[in-house]
Amino acid sequence: MKTKTPSKLEKILAAGNLAVTSECGPPRGSDPEAITKKAGMIKDHVDAINITDNQTSVTRLCSLASCIHLKLMGLEPILQMVVRDRNRIALQSDILGAASFDIHNILCLSGDHQQFGDSSQGQNVFDIDSMQLIQTVRHMRDDGKFLGGDDINRPPRMFVGAAANPFADPFEIRTPRLAKKIAAGVEFIQTQCIYNLDKFELWMQQNRDRGLHEKAYIMAGVTPFKSAGMAKYMKNRVPGMDVPDDVVKRMAGVPKEKQAQEGIDICVETIQRLKECDGVSGFHVMAIEWEEKVPEIVERSGLYPRPEAVE
Amino acid sequence: MIVAKRKPIEEIIEEVQAYDKILLVGCNECVTVCEAGGKKEVAVLASALRMHFMNQGKEVKIDEITLERQCDHEYLEELRNQIDQYDVVVSLACGVGVQFMAEKYMNMPVMPGVDTCFMGVTEERGVWSERCQGCGTCMLAKTGGICPVSRCAKRLFNGPCGGSTNGHCEIDKNVICAWQLIIDRMKNLDKLEDYEALVPIKDWSTERAGGPRKVVREDVMQ
Repeated sequence: MKTKTPSKLEKILAAGNLAVTSECGPPRGSDPEAITKKAGMIKDHVDAINITDNQTSVTRLCSLASCIHLKLMGLEPILQMVVRDRNRIALQSDILGAASFDIHNILCLSGDHQQFGDSSQGQNVFDIDSMQLIQTVRHMRDDGKFLGGDDINRPPRMFVGAAANPFADPFEIRTPRLAKKIAAGVEFIQTQCIYNLDKFELWMQQNRDRGLHEKAYIMAGVTPFKSAGMAKYMKNRVPGMDVPDDVVKRMAGVPKEKQAQEGIDICVETIQRLKECDGVSGFHVMAIEWEEKVPEIVERSGLYPRPEAVE
Repeated sequence: MIVAKRKPIEEIIEEVQAYDKILLVGCNECVTVCEAGGKKEVAVLASALRMHFMNQGKEVKIDEITLERQCDHEYLEELRNQIDQYDVVVSLACGVGVQFMAEKYMNMPVMPGVDTCFMGVTEERGVWSERCQGCGTCMLAKTGGICPVSRCAKRLFNGPCGGSTNGHCEIDKNVICAWQLIIDRMKNLDKLEDYEALVPIKDWSTERAGGPRKVVREDVMQ
């Protein structure tokens, strides 16, 4: 596929390589080292790094500033942006701010509801939704215009991504929903963490039936469990997460001190199986506060070394 | 209807503590239906206040009246000849009634007797739930008659989000996912293909965002 932006991630995907991304959560404070240290652990093993945007509605150092820190390290950030906290003025303004630092990737998200975080008494915004944010970035990039209709001097050049959760309900609209995001202009997708591989493969089959895998790059999301407790928590407490019983059982079936390794093994096996899934264009490894394990996961999955981005 | 709930008695006591002649004013419309501010609730509040002041050994005059409505001049005017006998009014109407009362009787302190919650329905006796936020531009035609503005916690126009689980919203298992309802409706109406139509960015200027709103109908003005 021909590239439309200077994004390294886009180039790697367009060249037909399986791309690898990971993510870093910004700190609850202003020490930039919290970001640069995490990024340093994974930089040689991934093509681009997502920076989460006040994930789970807990107030943190902002995504944009964190992306700039990555940019200053010579790395490729993916700016996550939620519509929960910003109206269309702030969204467009932050997109331009990111573009001014030549941040070339954006992930358009709704954002977890604020009640999950440290500001449950706060307002939310939701001026536009994630689907409309995709449209907004594409409009700014491709038409060079603000939503209000005026021209943008030096429009943003961003590769536009979004999330997809194959496991949320109702399942029957999960493929139509992806089609809708593609119609809105999304170019790459990072999925929710995959533990139910059968269901994921069924979703991919439905996507292929409609040719959606040829219209956007679908990156499969994986998260290694650190412990059996984490597997149970994700199964029972995280909305929209599908952790099958046999996975929880497998984690619980090994002694505590070996559970972390078991979690990594499951993660690697998931990647290996999904490498064979037609339409999967890469992997998004979300090792939550466990960035140091990303290199091992990537290497054992046969995704290392990372390719050079070529025009 | 406009749904309200009774304010905690402690809060009302605090509002009226400094006064000696209190008029409690109920409203015979929405707040009567949702059992928060009608004649019955006025009587209950009056008893509670009388008991409170009696226990304090303080002599307080507490009278009760319930008007047909508190959002129209003509009914509020009914208080014109008696309101001066009091030094505070507690209105058990919705916030609309409280304010209209205050606008009309400029020198009378008017306190709210209920917390106004939303525009909604009686799901069953004792259960009321939200249906409309008065955004000023109804889009129910596009969403199977289910409103994502009032019923989706993220008011998504192209939902559901990734947090929809077994028909429930991510914020609470007792909240139904509006988009599950929309999709179910679309299926029932044999219009599921409509789901893929992108709903454009909304003009919020007809909602709160545009500032205080007004509807002017010259054809009905006198």
